[in-house]
Amino acid sequence: MNNSSFGACPAKTSILDRSLSKGKGEVSLSAFALLFSEVVQYCQTKVYTVPELQKKLHEIGLDVGSRIVDLYFVRDKNCKRETKLLNILLFIKTTVWKNLFGREADKLEHANDDERTYYIIEKNALVNSFVSVPRDKSSLNCAIFTAGIVEAILTSCNFPAKVSAHWHQGTTYMIKFDESVTSRDQQLEER
Amino acid sequence: MSRQTSRLDAKKVNSELFTLTYGALVTQLIKDVDNVDDVNKQLERMGYNIGVRLIEDFLARSGSGKCYDFRDTSEKIQLATRMYLGVSPTISNWSPSGDEFSLVMDNNPITDFVELPDSHMGLKYSNMLLGVIRGSCEMVQLEVSCWFVQDQLKGDNTTEIRVKLLRKLEDSVPAGED
Repeated sequence: MNNSSFGACPAKTSILDRSLSKGKGEVSLSAFALLFSEVVQYCQTKVYTVPELQKKLHEIGLDVGSRIVDLYFVRDKNCKRETKLLNILLFIKTTVWKNLFGREADKLEHANDDERTYYIIEKNALVNSFVSVPRDKSSLNCAIFTAGIVEAILTSCNFPAKVSAHWHQGTTYMIKFDESVTSRDQQLEER
Repeated sequence: MSRQTSRLDAKKVNSELFTLTYGALVTQLIKDVDNVDDVNKQLERMGYNIGVRLIEDFLARSGSGKCYDFRDTSEKIQLATRMYLGVSPTISNWSPSGDEFSLVMDNNPITDFVELPDSHMGLKYSNMLLGVIRGSCEMVQLEVSCWFVQDQLKGDNTTEIRVKLLRKLEDSVPAGED
């Protein structure tokens, strides 16, 4: 069994044998937009309602996010993880956004009434550039895909959170951290 | 003239975002379908849908006119690959009758970070590309068929896509309306 499968793929070099790319490669925005449109259309064939569609897009975002965490920490942060709440948020707002979308997110805000909630605000989300939302699905924001990416990054850095995307000042990503995160951060502050 | 060039270098996005989104889509398909052949088909169909829309973008940006023969077409496909994926494939292995050629890519940006597990060796990971070529050619009335001759994910040195012209479509019912 093993022998035959080795025979089928001679001398496969593993991805770990190659050096890490610099991540400067570029493809055209049209190519990405069309691919993203296929992703949305595919998800739509699998669901009946807008919330289900959002959930599906969110899941795909999670998949992407979980794969870039290590990559970006190795490449941009010299393998050092962030341990403070504010730093990880800034890391997402600047490093992650710059790498993925070529610019920083516009704003990072803390909710006045809830210390566990933060917002990342982006006027023109790249993934929404060519999306026109049908009137009967006005609550749909395809940037929920990006929210999935952010959620995966936070969660895999051990800042469990729920991230959702809303139409507000463009697109607002609402980040709601788990109780444990804020209390841990306070402890760190006190030390 | 300056307008021409600014149109050609259209807006770019990071290729990793593209690659990983594609990867997530393939993963999702495998989860949902769980039959490699059907995944291949679905990827090709999605590519076809993209190609049908992409050709418009290509013609507008490149300002290219009619192709006089299939060699002309091959160069356009090469140009399109450079415009959209940022890599320049080489064209080689023309068949004597001039209706079949190979696009050879030394690196294929959509397979960055990808390894095929032994259990999914039948997966044509980049199958979407074939669909894109088929779809866009069909919109300019060329019926082509494409397949992989070599695939880096399967241990080959390069990725080689074979493109064969089947026939020229005559004006009739618009394609895709059937």
